[in-house]
Amino acid sequence: MTVAGDTLARLIRDEGTRVLATLVRVIGSVDLAEDAVQDAVVRALETWPRDGVPDNPRAWLLVTARRRAVDVLRREAKRVGKEADAMPLAEADPPPSVIRDDLLRLVFTCCHPCLSVDAQVALSLRTLGGLSTAEVARGLRLPEATAAKRLTRAKQKIATAGIPYRVPAAEELPERLSGVAATVYLIFNEGYAGVRAPLVDEAVRLARLLASLMPDEPTVLGLLALLLLHDARRCTRVADDGLPVLLADQDRSLWDAVLIQEGVSLVGRALRRTPSAPNPYVAEAAIAACHVLAPTYASTNWDAVISWYDVLFTVRPSPVVSLNRAAAIAERDGAAVALPLVDALDVLADYPWWHATRAELLHRLGNHPEARAALARAESTGLTGGHAALLRRRLGE
Amino acid sequence: MPTYAALIYSADVDPTQPEAASMMKDYNEFGAAAAAVIRGGKALYPTATATTVRVNGGKGGDIVTSDGPYAETKEALTGFYLIECADLDEAVKVAAQIPGAWDGAVEVRPIVEFS
Repeated sequence: MTVAGDTLARLIRDEGTRVLATLVRVIGSVDLAEDAVQDAVVRALETWPRDGVPDNPRAWLLVTARRRAVDVLRREAKRVGKEADAMPLAEADPPPSVIRDDLLRLVFTCCHPCLSVDAQVALSLRTLGGLSTAEVARGLRLPEATAAKRLTRAKQKIATAGIPYRVPAAEELPERLSGVAATVYLIFNEGYAGVRAPLVDEAVRLARLLASLMPDEPTVLGLLALLLLHDARRCTRVADDGLPVLLADQDRSLWDAVLIQEGVSLVGRALRRTPSAPNPYVAEAAIAACHVLAPTYASTNWDAVISWYDVLFTVRPSPVVSLNRAAAIAERDGAAVALPLVDALDVLADYPWWHATRAELLHRLGNHPEARAALARAESTGLTGGHAALLRRRLGE
Repeated sequence: MPTYAALIYSADVDPTQPEAASMMKDYNEFGAAAAAVIRGGKALYPTATATTVRVNGGKGGDIVTSDGPYAETKEALTGFYLIECADLDEAVKVAAQIPGAWDGAVEVRPIVEFS
């Protein structure tokens, strides 16, 4: 078999994650399994381009990684003067159902609620995503030593505190799954807000993995749909001068039609599974779908957008949802109708987008002094540089 | 199976006083319900009875005592259980049944087994 370099690297990484998931179950240590798989991956990257890809790449990786793990365990046993425990034998080529269960165990262990969110994010990227520690550090904009420490601590906690390597029982699954989805969404947002493509790609890859493992779970389908529908607009979100481009001003002809189609069909699939009580991710994805399906900003179906915000509010009430709904009302019914709705949400006084939305609406209503005051509050509460500059330009400052 | 310490942080009350009777009833109920996993545990007198001991200048140095707990916090360490559970998920489920979990918080920590 001959495969081009990129495809080969991806194959090795994807299979590496599967092999890791199985090896963790067999030897019971995330840390050791990770080192062993890393070693096998390095060997594959060295030898496969030269000697050709083995007929069964996964089995090759698993056998190589397991051999390495056994070596380490034996050496460790010798060091402390003990007999090595009998090494349980991993089947060299586990059937797909076993691979799937092992991957699910790995997902739920990396995103276990007894780990901090920061730890879950780092572990998901390192262990599930197969990024190196250096890549995790770059993605999260952390010093490498900090990322390494975070990963070590997390793995230590998994081992010593006894975080189980297990798929949660059916009654726990919905809650645990929304925890997993929240972690992947956080990774996506980190990348999306900072326009960091590797992190966005990684989140999409993780969401695809979840969707392939749990093709009937609306949370997972909604999550993947939401990420794809946002990601479809990726190349139009930043102008040449580095400033963000608002949805209204993005060049829709450049949006990724393939991703849009996939995202919209996922929304449909997810909705058919939960017609009476849509999942919050599905509702958010439906809102994103309304936006990307409109040929122009002006022709957006605001009735549909507002209804979906109402749905989202019933399944996950939050003042931020109300703020976004009010922004849609402004587009449909005008700023004069929307402003009182926004003003009523003063629990958001520390949230920069509340002030930014007020600035925009006051500007539309011709109340420039108050618009400028709101802009100042938006900046003092932390509106990011690009958006502040954009709003300042809009207000003619 | 690992053993965990469930450290109870809650209102700093004296469990021997009559006003703690209803709390003690709750603890007794927990003790009976979780008897299969409980390997030990004690309640502590209030932090007003605590003495914190330090030795200045290394081993053998001056003994300095202060009246009160190590850390003055709203909720105090008032007791602990040792529980033996299959994994952290089970330990969390047991800890969530300890009355301190809703009167304060319970910290679950794996204990070291020196072999």
